[in-house]
Amino acid sequence: MVYPLLWMVASAFKPESDIFSDPGLWPATFTTENFTQGWDALGIPFSTFFLNSFVIAAISVLGNLLSCSLAAYAFARLDFRFKKTLFAAMLATLMLPFHVTLVPQYILFQSIDWTNTYFPLVVPKFLAVDAFFIFLMVQFMRGLPRTLDDAATVDGCGPFGVFWRIILPLMRPALAVAAIFTFIWTWNDFLGPLLYISDRALYTAPIALNAFLDSTGASSWGPMFAMSILSILPLFLVFLFAQKHLINGIATTGLK
Amino acid sequence: MSVNTASPPGTTVAVPPTGDLPERGRRRRKRRWAAWLFLLPWLVGLFGITLGPMIASLYLSFTDYNLLGRLSFVGFDNYVRMFTDDPRFLSACLVTLKYVLVSVPLQLTFALALATLLNRGLRGLAFYRSVYYLPSLLGSSVAIALLWRQIFGGSGLVNTALGALGMTDLPNWIATPEWALGTLIVLNVWTFGSPMIIFLAGLRQVPQELYDAASVDGANAWGRFRRITMPMLTPVIFFNLVLQMINAFQAFTQSYIISGGSGGPVDSTLFYTLYLYQKAFTDFDMGYASAMAWFLLVVIGLFTGAAFFTSRYWVHYDGE
Repeated sequence: MVYPLLWMVASAFKPESDIFSDPGLWPATFTTENFTQGWDALGIPFSTFFLNSFVIAAISVLGNLLSCSLAAYAFARLDFRFKKTLFAAMLATLMLPFHVTLVPQYILFQSIDWTNTYFPLVVPKFLAVDAFFIFLMVQFMRGLPRTLDDAATVDGCGPFGVFWRIILPLMRPALAVAAIFTFIWTWNDFLGPLLYISDRALYTAPIALNAFLDSTGASSWGPMFAMSILSILPLFLVFLFAQKHLINGIATTGLK
Repeated sequence: MSVNTASPPGTTVAVPPTGDLPERGRRRRKRRWAAWLFLLPWLVGLFGITLGPMIASLYLSFTDYNLLGRLSFVGFDNYVRMFTDDPRFLSACLVTLKYVLVSVPLQLTFALALATLLNRGLRGLAFYRSVYYLPSLLGSSVAIALLWRQIFGGSGLVNTALGALGMTDLPNWIATPEWALGTLIVLNVWTFGSPMIIFLAGLRQVPQELYDAASVDGANAWGRFRRITMPMLTPVIFFNLVLQMINAFQAFTQSYIISGGSGGPVDSTLFYTLYLYQKAFTDFDMGYASAMAWFLLVVIGLFTGAAFFTSRYWVHYDGE
């Protein structure tokens, strides 16, 4: 199962000629040249692309946590008109293939000169477009005892106070799941940056890899594998340190 | 509720007079108003980034528009063109359909088989679960698609291994029209980890008494699986099926990287979404791409609907 992954890691440390001839997992000749060569292959060091990816992922996590938890609190705890209709609309957007909105969104973002910036990638996160997390958080909030809200209300907390002081601290597990999956999805996102980012200095790691492939054909596997490994390293770290949340998130909600 | 919202003694004095509104009504009104504040970001997103563009894309699908020139209304032309005058569209449909219909059942079968094995109280369950999940986590990344390109290339890992077994005349899998889609199917099956975890969670819910009773009645392992595990798991199978089907219809990155964005060789890996991307952002045929998007929406809707419709015949919920 993980043999291809391990082989990729091993190949990153092999000289180019050994990659094709040696299916073993231990490099016969050990070299780090692939890393140094790949790092600067695009003229701009890969650190730039990683930093760009990190910035986008971090802002996206913040946006999703904030906007989704706000909406979820309204659905789980507050009364308002059209609540049922809006909740149904939210669930309906979960099923929507994003291609349906792709073209008009592009036209919209282009018309306000947002192409070649990170705005099209991060602004939607502050508008709770990943409705899945709203659903997740509503489900979680429904499990929290209402007596806590009532007690805080009696003590003079308004709806915002209850949300900030009572609900948010209790929702940490749900917030963790949302944060982890937002990070993974934005880190892996290929189509978004491919569409909106054309300036090389603004590239994220996935489209930098793609550009690498385009520029060299498929001739320099060693350096490409080296950069590929580095590009999935953050995901691997998330996997190591947040496994419990990851597995729980999938088991209860079917996130991928 | 009404009892709790009454102010405790002492606080009522501090509240400034607020006209004729009784305290409770005022507070409820304030809460209603607050609800809209909480919803505001989502509402802006719903109308500005989801519903608005959705309606715009429906309108665009009846137009001819290339971003620069004038937009002209053409009625159902785009939809007619799709089915009568665009062989690439039809081949993209076929490729995607094959991909969904082959890779999803295979992936779910693997997931269920492995979950059943792991559920037998194997030692180190957590370790195996993680190892099998790892490909799911990385499967949609560019890095893995690159790896696939090498593995199934002419002098890639697969051919090295097969060559060692004495086979000769091995194809370049990625560059052969008959095999290229197969490599993408293998890639999707390889990411069976996340449905497997959902199956594992489902298996935990099956009461042990049922198995014990069946064993007493003389059922063997296969009988227990077929008569107890399978029926009890049908809701989870259904859930996984719908989820993975919707995902598979929208697969994009892997086919883009493996074919270098072309969908080749000979359109054999031209996924529907990749063709849509080419139409919209290479040919700038925005109207046509929008029509394709709406057709995809309808197809996914039909498949999901069919799953829900047939579910009453094969999905068993508790107490039935």
